[in-house]
Amino acid sequence: MTTTENRPAEGETVVRERRALRLSWVDGFLWAIRIGAIIIIAVGLIGSISKFAAGEGLTAEGWRDLIVSSLAQGAMYGLLALGYSMVYGVLGFINFAHGEVFMSGTMVGFIAANWLFENGVWDANPFLSMVLVLIVAMVTSTLVAVLIERIAYKPLRGAPRLIPLITSIGMSFFMQYTFAGLFGVNFNTYPPPPDVIAGSVNILGLEVRTTQLTVIIIAILSMIGLWYFVTKTKTGRAMRAVAEDKEIAGLMGINVDRTIVTVFAVGGAMAGVAALMWSLLFRSVNYFSGFIPGVKAFTAAVLGGIGNIGGAMGGGILLGLFEGVGPILILGGLGVPGVTQLKDAVAFVALVLVLVFRPSGLFGERLGSEDRV
Amino acid sequence: MTATIAPASISGQGAGGGVQGRRVVKVGALTGAAMMFVAAIGMLATFNDRLIIYPILSLGYLVLFGIPFVGGTSFTKREVLEGVEVAPPSAADALNAALSGALGGLILGLFAAFVNAVPGIRSTFPNMSPEMVDVITLGLGVGPALVILPLVSAATGALAGGLSLLSDTTNKALRAGAVTVVVFALFQAVVDDFFDFLPAVPDFLYTRTALTILAAIILFALGAAGSIYLPGRRPSVGDRPGSSDSDVRRRSLWMAAIIAAAIIILPQFLGGIINELLVNVGFFALMALGLNVVVGYAGLLDLGYVAFFAVGAYTTGVLTSPISPTINPMLTWWQAFPIVLVLAALAGLLVGTPVLRMRGDYLAIVTLGFGEIVRILLLSDWLAPYFGGAQGVRNIPGIPVLGTEVNVTTPHLMIYAVVFFVALAAFISWRLEHSRIGRSWAAMREDEDVAEAVGVDTVKAKLTAFITGAVIASFAGALFAAKVGSVFTNSFSILVSLVILVIVIVGGMGNIVGVLVGALVLIGVLGGPNQPGLLQEFGQYKLLIYGALLVYMMLQRPEGLVPSKRRQQELHQEEFLQDAWLDKHGRFVEDHDHTPQRPGPSAAEPGRGQEL
Amino acid sequence: MKKLKGMRIVAALGALALVVAACGGGEAAPEAGDLGAVTVPDGEAIQIRSLEAITGPVAFLGIPNQTATEMAIEDYGQIQGHDVTIGTGLDDLCSNEGGQAAAQTIASDDQVVGVIGTSCSGAAVAASPVISNANMVMISPSNTSPALTSDLAGTAGTDYHEGYYRTAHNDLFQGRAVANFAYNELGMTTAAAIHDGDPYTQGLAKAFADAFEELGGTITLFTAVNKGDTDMTPVLSDVAAGAPEAIYFPIFQPEGDFIVQQIGGVSGLENVTLIGADGLLVSDFLALPETEGMYFSGPSLQFGDNTNEITGVSASDFLVSYEDRVGEPPSASFWAHSYDATTMLLKAIDNVAVDTSDGLFIDRRELRDELNATSFDGMIGHIQCDDFGDCGSQEIQIVSHEDTSVTDSTQLPVVYTFSGKS
Repeated sequence: MTTTENRPAEGETVVRERRALRLSWVDGFLWAIRIGAIIIIAVGLIGSISKFAAGEGLTAEGWRDLIVSSLAQGAMYGLLALGYSMVYGVLGFINFAHGEVFMSGTMVGFIAANWLFENGVWDANPFLSMVLVLIVAMVTSTLVAVLIERIAYKPLRGAPRLIPLITSIGMSFFMQYTFAGLFGVNFNTYPPPPDVIAGSVNILGLEVRTTQLTVIIIAILSMIGLWYFVTKTKTGRAMRAVAEDKEIAGLMGINVDRTIVTVFAVGGAMAGVAALMWSLLFRSVNYFSGFIPGVKAFTAAVLGGIGNIGGAMGGGILLGLFEGVGPILILGGLGVPGVTQLKDAVAFVALVLVLVFRPSGLFGERLGSEDRV
Repeated sequence: MTATIAPASISGQGAGGGVQGRRVVKVGALTGAAMMFVAAIGMLATFNDRLIIYPILSLGYLVLFGIPFVGGTSFTKREVLEGVEVAPPSAADALNAALSGALGGLILGLFAAFVNAVPGIRSTFPNMSPEMVDVITLGLGVGPALVILPLVSAATGALAGGLSLLSDTTNKALRAGAVTVVVFALFQAVVDDFFDFLPAVPDFLYTRTALTILAAIILFALGAAGSIYLPGRRPSVGDRPGSSDSDVRRRSLWMAAIIAAAIIILPQFLGGIINELLVNVGFFALMALGLNVVVGYAGLLDLGYVAFFAVGAYTTGVLTSPISPTINPMLTWWQAFPIVLVLAALAGLLVGTPVLRMRGDYLAIVTLGFGEIVRILLLSDWLAPYFGGAQGVRNIPGIPVLGTEVNVTTPHLMIYAVVFFVALAAFISWRLEHSRIGRSWAAMREDEDVAEAVGVDTVKAKLTAFITGAVIASFAGALFAAKVGSVFTNSFSILVSLVILVIVIVGGMGNIVGVLVGALVLIGVLGGPNQPGLLQEFGQYKLLIYGALLVYMMLQRPEGLVPSKRRQQELHQEEFLQDAWLDKHGRFVEDHDHTPQRPGPSAAEPGRGQEL
Repeated sequence: MKKLKGMRIVAALGALALVVAACGGGEAAPEAGDLGAVTVPDGEAIQIRSLEAITGPVAFLGIPNQTATEMAIEDYGQIQGHDVTIGTGLDDLCSNEGGQAAAQTIASDDQVVGVIGTSCSGAAVAASPVISNANMVMISPSNTSPALTSDLAGTAGTDYHEGYYRTAHNDLFQGRAVANFAYNELGMTTAAAIHDGDPYTQGLAKAFADAFEELGGTITLFTAVNKGDTDMTPVLSDVAAGAPEAIYFPIFQPEGDFIVQQIGGVSGLENVTLIGADGLLVSDFLALPETEGMYFSGPSLQFGDNTNEITGVSASDFLVSYEDRVGEPPSASFWAHSYDATTMLLKAIDNVAVDTSDGLFIDRRELRDELNATSFDGMIGHIQCDDFGDCGSQEIQIVSHEDTSVTDSTQLPVVYTFSGKS
């Protein structure tokens, strides 16, 4: 038992010693995790490489397909992670409802896509159709994001951190089941990607599925657009200022309230883009399609460094790779059966490991003055 | 009704008197939107199948026309400026409320007309069907509905407005009467079960599925009378946390004794349905108590709490079931229990240690991850030789007590086991709260860095919190395994963790009684993620309601239904400060019966404001 | 529900008079057997219950089952002057907890004679002991897990409880059927199996894998996806590594959708044959263009003009009435099993019920004995119970899906049949 009532000087040393002991025990535990992780990963890698060399397991084409598809999945996570990262950077809490912002884009986008398909426009004018669906999805997601902010988060500015977080959990439930009630629980399937982007393309000697390539390109373009917006435009600069220090930004004459709404809107727009990507990659959506991607996207944001926009994208792509390639590469190499079942577990273990090795994320956090330690 | 202080000019609201145009439009639009919402998600149609009063009032219409009523009450909020009411109740309130109600009803009518005109909309929105239109238009068709709906909504709005003209006691009486009627209608199954020994009562009150009109009138009168003649204790701001300790303690002891007696005797009389429900409530109450320690006391947001529940359940299952693969010691429940505790404590340690240095929100996502990792591992084919994988662990025997086996076939005995562990967990929580560790937790919750600087051992505090929470959850897990007789991983999803969190938050974070009340209300009435509650109709909408409830509570009453005084003070600092200032300066705060409240003795208390 | 005492006396006297006039005297109540008995007062309905997955993702299976039960009751008519009712349909929530809670509700009402349910095997695992303990009987139209009855070799399943019966097939048969089809008919020697963590799908995939290896084939990979997974490239890549000729994935939507949509993007699986199970025999899935060329296993749906000899209604008549009533054909494959199960129960009750002065006397032990001795021709074929409650005709069929415009599962051409009972 630590005692602090008696003679302060001696007691304090006792406290410090005990504290040091305990801390070194904790540190020892963390080191054990680090070393254990490195060993397991190394053994798994070696196992996989030797399997590959022996001609077992995935072929080179198999690995290529896996990596490309994981990159595409990761690009989608990255776009979603942007929304989480930005909101956290400015307001300091996890917006659990962001997954549902994404889901709303996919559901309403489906209505547009279905209408276009049934009226023949989808196949006749593929690019026009996709752009229309993109616009519908982006507008929906942006509106939903802003609506949620106005109703649930604005009144809670300044409240203790736990409160808006819990509100966002409630909002997430509410949105899910609202959409379940409105659209029904069945899955809605987007029309197949138009012929021009079905099939595959040859890049640098590699066969890549066109849909996945499209998704990656869209992600890159969106990132460039966002980077331009955040660094070059006045609103973008205002966002960064507010993220840095709300009070001082307000004193400098920036309309903090409007800037915060813009943050949510931009995050929503990115989610809308991700919705289009989902429609190309996976095609089937229902009210629950946003929850798990939302959790994974937040994981990606933390992985990359919360508040850091580039980090969000990087984190997303890395998460996609960890969860797609990781199970087969590492666990498969260790001889574990049924590895693909463990996909999500690998993703979360990766999160824990990153936070243990680098607590501020891989690319460093960018937090406001209130949240910085 | 809270008294707020707002200079009339700044808030822009007219000081009583005439029609407040802009506000009417705003409230009316919101009313209309809410009514459309309820109809579009199918709630109206589903609730319409459930009658409250036979044959005139269904739950669907009650909810639908309750919306303009609630909208109307927004016009009756009293304003207080420097202790004197600025806007006394007037007929204008009723008029405003009626107008906004009418607008809402009109919007709904137009919506019905729209859906009627576009039948294809059903393929995208399956609930916007001809049946929905039928229910909205009261079966009368779209045309007449465009007149009738605004009228009915206006009437309910006016009712809300008009009620404010009556005295406070009358208001309370009417409200109590209405609540009594609704409660008796919805909980018909419970009343039936309860009056098993005197069937004449339910026979009189109910037809096959709802109250008779006569019964409704009588219950209304009884409820109203009850509210007048059985005054409850009105909590007032002047209450200090430690006021009249001995009084409070004596009262609590009496309450405790009565409750204990009830718990021992009742299960023998309650039917299987209620016992089963209470057992389920008990599991969630137990887990909520554990999460309360982690979130409520220590302020650590653990979103993967269900993992500890899983550890308890699977350990019990694997150790006691005769058909568990590989690890098959076939212990009894009692023999397995200490092992369960040890493993749970270990799990708490394993989860707590890596997150010691993590910030609050990272902690949330990492614990969520741990919860999922545990679930995925238990489900995996890889570990199936130990945990059964998709086939789970089955044939788990019950708890052997004095020759009988307590399991699902003996719900009236199971409930004793559950109550025992709930009491044990409550006791552990209570002791910890008022111990040194409890104070460390409180300090840590306020500001971790300051706590560290002052010498609080946050490592020990956090780990103790996690371990205690894990052990309590494992109580629930062990009981759950024995009761259900089988464990499958679909009982351990993220949803369960989130529902437990909702119970803790809505019930009252950091407050044992609050948590128990929360479990009773949420799980008992609405149902858990895999468990039906008393109100089966709400089944599809229970998560929607949980979500809305959570948002509402956080916006209005973040301290929960039964708050701990401390938490209430933390969260409503400004209001308390204002009222304390008022009290101190001897202003009269008039309540609705126009009896001025004298400033209480607390006004002279020095330093009360600083306690916050 | 309960009626006022006065009316009951009048009704009893009236009924007694009628019975005396018509049948020559009601008897005094006989001794109840070791399981007790139900006495249905005159004028009241015989209480049975329906316990299906009527909400949630498996509602497409539970709702037609419940509807079929209701229709069977209407077709059968009264039992010795008493109506039959299921009260409110109960929900098994496709989980052990939900099944148990609902079973508890049923067991608390000692007027209930029997239950038609559950939809999901997981729910039955927890419901069956409760119902059995309450001395009632339960007949399931769609539970297929072997553990609920037996291993077909004389050993009771780990979850078998007396009083449990089912008209659905035992999944050991379905696994065997698919293995026979793949190995013998299609000539495949390598296959992979994918399940989704659900006890039903895992059990079926395992039954297939075991049977396939018994025949001499090789299972290149036995793996799983998680419910809610969307990216199937990892699992398909893993499968491709083993180069199987066939993949059996007896899972549900939407994971099934994702697999067929994404399999084109995985090299090495261009010519693989896909075989699904009845979880995917849903019109939404069959409409997908990628499902062309797939096979599906499931209970035999070739009822043709099979007639349930108890009610005289044929399968085709039933489908017409169902569509009139609901507006669309049944969304899952077990409606006939449900209809037959209900008539099985009603007939057994009718056979053992004795009219007495107190009302209709139904001895529970006699009811179980009667059900054990069931033997009749239903829509699904000949129904006869073995010692462990497997009463179904055990007819499995494999259908092929050549034309994606055909989305009615009953219209798909049958390419293989397997009879467990021969």
